[in-house]
Amino acid sequence: MTQFIKSREAILLAALIALILLVETRFSGFAAPGNLARVFNDTSILIILALGQTLVILTRCIDLSQASNLALTGMVTAMLNAAMPGIPVIALISIAVLLGILMGAFNGILVWKLDIPPIVVTLGTLTIYRGIIFLVSGGEWVNSHEMSASYKAFPRAEFLSLPVMAWICIATIAAFAILVTRTPLGRAFYAVGGNPGASVYTGIDVGRTRFMAFTIAGGLAGLCGYLWVARYAVAYTDVAGGFELDIVAACVIGGISIAGGLGTVTGAVLGALFLGTIKNALPVAGVSPFWQMAISGAAIIIAVAFNRRREPGRVILKEVAQ
Amino acid sequence: MKDDRTTDTPVLRLSGITKTFPGVIALSKVELALYPGQVTALVGENGAGKSTLVKILTGIYQPDEGRIEVDGTETRFPTATAAQDAGVTAIHQETVLFDELTVAENIFLGHAPRGRFGLIDWSVMKAQATEILTRIGAKLDPMKPLRDLGIASKHLVAIARALSVEARVVVMDEPTASLSQAEIEELYDLVDRLKADGKAILFISHKFDEIFRIADRYTVFRDGEMVDAGMIDDVTEDALVEKMVGRSMDAIFPQRHSTPGEEILRVSGYSHPTEFADINFGLRQGEILGFYGLVGAGRSEFMQALFGVTKPSKGAVKLDGKVAVIRSPAEAIAKGIVYVPEDRGKQGAITAMPIFQNVTLPSLSQTSNKGFVKMADEFALARKYTERLDLRAASLDQNVGNLSGGNQQKVVIAKWLATKPKVIILDEPTKGIDVGSKAAVHEFMAELAAEGLSVIMVSSEIPEILGMSDRVIVMRDGRIAAEYERDELTPEKLVRAAAGYQESAA
Repeated sequence: MTQFIKSREAILLAALIALILLVETRFSGFAAPGNLARVFNDTSILIILALGQTLVILTRCIDLSQASNLALTGMVTAMLNAAMPGIPVIALISIAVLLGILMGAFNGILVWKLDIPPIVVTLGTLTIYRGIIFLVSGGEWVNSHEMSASYKAFPRAEFLSLPVMAWICIATIAAFAILVTRTPLGRAFYAVGGNPGASVYTGIDVGRTRFMAFTIAGGLAGLCGYLWVARYAVAYTDVAGGFELDIVAACVIGGISIAGGLGTVTGAVLGALFLGTIKNALPVAGVSPFWQMAISGAAIIIAVAFNRRREPGRVILKEVAQ
Repeated sequence: MKDDRTTDTPVLRLSGITKTFPGVIALSKVELALYPGQVTALVGENGAGKSTLVKILTGIYQPDEGRIEVDGTETRFPTATAAQDAGVTAIHQETVLFDELTVAENIFLGHAPRGRFGLIDWSVMKAQATEILTRIGAKLDPMKPLRDLGIASKHLVAIARALSVEARVVVMDEPTASLSQAEIEELYDLVDRLKADGKAILFISHKFDEIFRIADRYTVFRDGEMVDAGMIDDVTEDALVEKMVGRSMDAIFPQRHSTPGEEILRVSGYSHPTEFADINFGLRQGEILGFYGLVGAGRSEFMQALFGVTKPSKGAVKLDGKVAVIRSPAEAIAKGIVYVPEDRGKQGAITAMPIFQNVTLPSLSQTSNKGFVKMADEFALARKYTERLDLRAASLDQNVGNLSGGNQQKVVIAKWLATKPKVIILDEPTKGIDVGSKAAVHEFMAELAAEGLSVIMVSSEIPEILGMSDRVIVMRDGRIAAEYERDELTPEKLVRAAAGYQESAA
């Protein structure tokens, strides 16, 4: 417990609470439980994507293609739904996840087998996946009236007074908490990012571990593709354009070290919530969109300044050290 | 013969230097004097404060108290440039140079000769670089990119750089740590030349033979304090060691009565397209097999292939008489072969991870159930092996990065022992560690062998090879050059086999 109080997650949690209270003074009712649940639901997609990105960043990589992956899978599910409304939603979701996994695995293979720097690979696939949307859709939109009711209703359906989308997010968080702390693969993500050289000699396949991180991140992006398009009831080429940077920002705010090997699921979730709260609160508080961007940007830099890895001082004199 | 170049005025004198870091006193009222044309050896165990002193000398750290005098005048080095302007220059443990730049650019970076419009005058720079390189006897093309040079040549460039700034004081921080014997000899010649040039040299080293070979004076640090200083002619090796560790060291190597058992490992015809060829040897249970050779003889490259990091082009391995296929480190570990690499910083511990997770990393199959890691089992396993190694840590939850170097090393060794290996490959197990820790590592190695573990020890230090091995294989240019049993070993034989001199030619 005392360890938690001193941790960066605790600082971030305190900052998040302070932010919510600050907005409450300007806009009464913001901190009401119902509204906070709405903010959480609005941030669900960002949280899920940030968790996927967390794995990738833990292994000293980065995935810039998540938003394009999301937009492409979203478009494919929307087109399938429009063309064949008979396909059940669960099948569409499975297709979205599989498609996302495929795109993530493609990133992973390039990083693993061709040894291309991840930022270059995913910068390339960012454009490629986005380009494929145009190819499959011909630049056309899939609008709300072309989608089946069940397709649009699923993420919004309420279960125990929370929308299904929020539950999917909670389930993802829980699964990640177990994956990261309780499985050999989770441990490998930290090892590979913390010290790739040492990992090799420990019998961990660095390339394969990175491949797994990209694949999982891709699968989650695919899942979010469906969630996004269904929730906003529209699919077009530029869906979630630029959102990849929000995801990375959420991770960075959450204390996931870009240098790899350092970060927690709690941190990623809080980082996404912090960013989500800013994006939700500033418009209702009447802050202009330009200031919103500046404030989000400032939040990122302040968070990184806080999270800077401090090297422990060397202990040389034996008497003092004891 | 020393009198003609000894003067009583030091170029540089430090007095009463104290440096503290939060909660720690790194240096406490230390004294140091460097004389022109003389080599002063600075000796001390790891953590004695030598590196801190170098950083103060080169303007990277500021002392909290004390005086720095250059030619008897008090001065300060607020920046690295100020130290350089005063004529103090350092050649670091890991050479700080730029691989993508040319030799000439490396020598003159930051003070390149300027021509018209303040642009770099390449022809002058090239000529000056050639002149300096000739002066130190280095046959290097100044226009060659640094990345094409070997480690020894890079050291020469670093030295040339030091001379290019009109250095009067040259600090050499373990300059021979990564050099082969022949390269070390060249370095000694160079040091002699620098002495003749009237430079004052501070020479930091762990190797006593070289201290007695080149130093005129010595200064001993222990736990951040200056313990002793004097002329090297007035001191013996034993006395110096005693001052360093604060206790006398009778037996440097543990007494071993080894009786190797059955052959456990048999390597036949191991070859690689470029690194090594035709490696054949056997390893018995409880045996310590030394691998000696010059740096670059292919020893580490072969070990990496044996461990599955790289792939051999042909060859076979038998473990316990059965053919074993090793395609990855994971397979090697599963079959009972582990490898403790030389570069422990890059390849050893994962510093941002807690101790217990570092220890269990290659043994997670032992501590998990149905794919989920059981933390209680992890702690139990980690505790068992860290206790055995007498690891000093507040808790196993602590990050490895917060431990001292020696304790980090123990975590790495505990990690390997927890996999219950049959064969452990130790690559330069005591490189760069202090005398006290060295003895502990040797002691431990002997213990492991006595318990029946087979040890392959790659080492470039002759005393270590002689003191620890039951048998020694010498490698040269990627092939086995000779093999000796313990009782027929002599330093001369090792050196000859490694360098390729014939008995008669010597």
